[in-house]
Amino acid sequence: MIRDAALVAGKDLRLEWRSRVGIGQVLPFAVLCVLLFAFALDPDRNILERATAGLFWMIVLFAAVLTVQRTFAVEGDDGVLDALRLSGLSPASIYLGKVAALIAQLVVLEVVLAVAMAVLYDTTFRGWLLVAGIAGLATLGIAGAGASYGVVGLRLGGAETLLPLLLLPLLAPVLIAATRGFDIAFGRAAGPGWPWAALLGIFAVVYLGLGAILFRPLMEDA
Amino acid sequence: METTPVVRLRDAVAVVGRFPALAGVDLDVDAGEIVLVRGPNGAGKTTLLRMCAGLVPIVSGSAEVLGVDVVASPAAVRRRVGLLGHATFLYADLTVEENLAFWTRAAGARRADGRAALDRLGVPERVHGLAVRSLSTGQRRRVSFAAMVARRPELWLLDEPHAGLDASGRDIVDSLIGDAVAAGATVMFASHELDRAEDVAHRSVTLAGGVIAGTATGPDASDRPDPIEGAAG
Repeated sequence: MIRDAALVAGKDLRLEWRSRVGIGQVLPFAVLCVLLFAFALDPDRNILERATAGLFWMIVLFAAVLTVQRTFAVEGDDGVLDALRLSGLSPASIYLGKVAALIAQLVVLEVVLAVAMAVLYDTTFRGWLLVAGIAGLATLGIAGAGASYGVVGLRLGGAETLLPLLLLPLLAPVLIAATRGFDIAFGRAAGPGWPWAALLGIFAVVYLGLGAILFRPLMEDA
Repeated sequence: METTPVVRLRDAVAVVGRFPALAGVDLDVDAGEIVLVRGPNGAGKTTLLRMCAGLVPIVSGSAEVLGVDVVASPAAVRRRVGLLGHATFLYADLTVEENLAFWTRAAGARRADGRAALDRLGVPERVHGLAVRSLSTGQRRRVSFAAMVARRPELWLLDEPHAGLDASGRDIVDSLIGDAVAAGATVMFASHELDRAEDVAHRSVTLAGGVIAGTATGPDASDRPDPIEGAAG
């Protein structure tokens, strides 16, 4: 299963590299959001500083929706989904491969966002261990839920408009926990940060577990 | 001793969307047979082939392919059949070589099998590094066929295998079908090019309105009355 998941992830990343949709469209969109929020909130620097964690994860979620759409759109082209069904790859390995490719793309996105926010918002990232833990677990949850709902979007058609409606409410708990955790790591809120990381870990396990189980029937109906 | 048919359909009914595409099909296909599926547009040819590949749900009746119940274990059937459809089943942004590498590795076949299949289909080496998106329709069709052949399926399900190909490509397809059967595979194919198809097929089955309207066997297959004469072709 690991070999097959790596095969799918490698193919997805190669497709992304070839199409340049992530680099050419999703990353600029994310940086543009950082810039626009700075324009909107800059007059009150205090608000911008306090909202940094929430804005970071909001932008990650919006960009994740675009990334998930792109990742599954290529499977809907020219009968490829049928070919995947016939390929001998297990649905669970396809799911895990998709999750791995999404994680790789989201990590790049988050690093670029962090740099953009450090420059434009003058954000000082502290509590690196907590930040890394929260970012890693939140990314896992986003990719896990995204890979499940991506194939649902294929099934229903009109994925461009439906996917955000389906995915964003499901990821609201991730947004809340990751924002709280980042606020604590940045020193803008008091309290222990690791319970938020643990909560994100639970979400990630639930999303990944359900995704691995449900991907087969979802793929059958797509 | 009686052998089990590679395909055994009994009153198989398949619905595509809300439309009953197959309305009770009975069909046996023996190992090593080449069966032509003919019929007018909308007769259910594509659905029949896709049903045998385990891609179309069977709402009633039964279907066994390669000794496996398609309704109970579609995944077990899928990995043993090869389907050439109207779509190319290829990633447009990957190169020919990358597509072949992905699909052969996914099927557990060797990368060399993919290259050999490309050679066999007459795909020139100069296009191996090109994105599928940049190929002509005929070249895409050949690459798609190569990806299927490289998996070494036991049952070949070919939907219009000659479509989009030039004369040499059509000859290659016919020769591949013959070689596949010689190697122990079984072939079902749908075609509107009846003259060529009947030369290749051992038997033809005519679908009309989602049911089998007639069969013909042997070299005189084309002489048998066609219940939907004039509609096919």
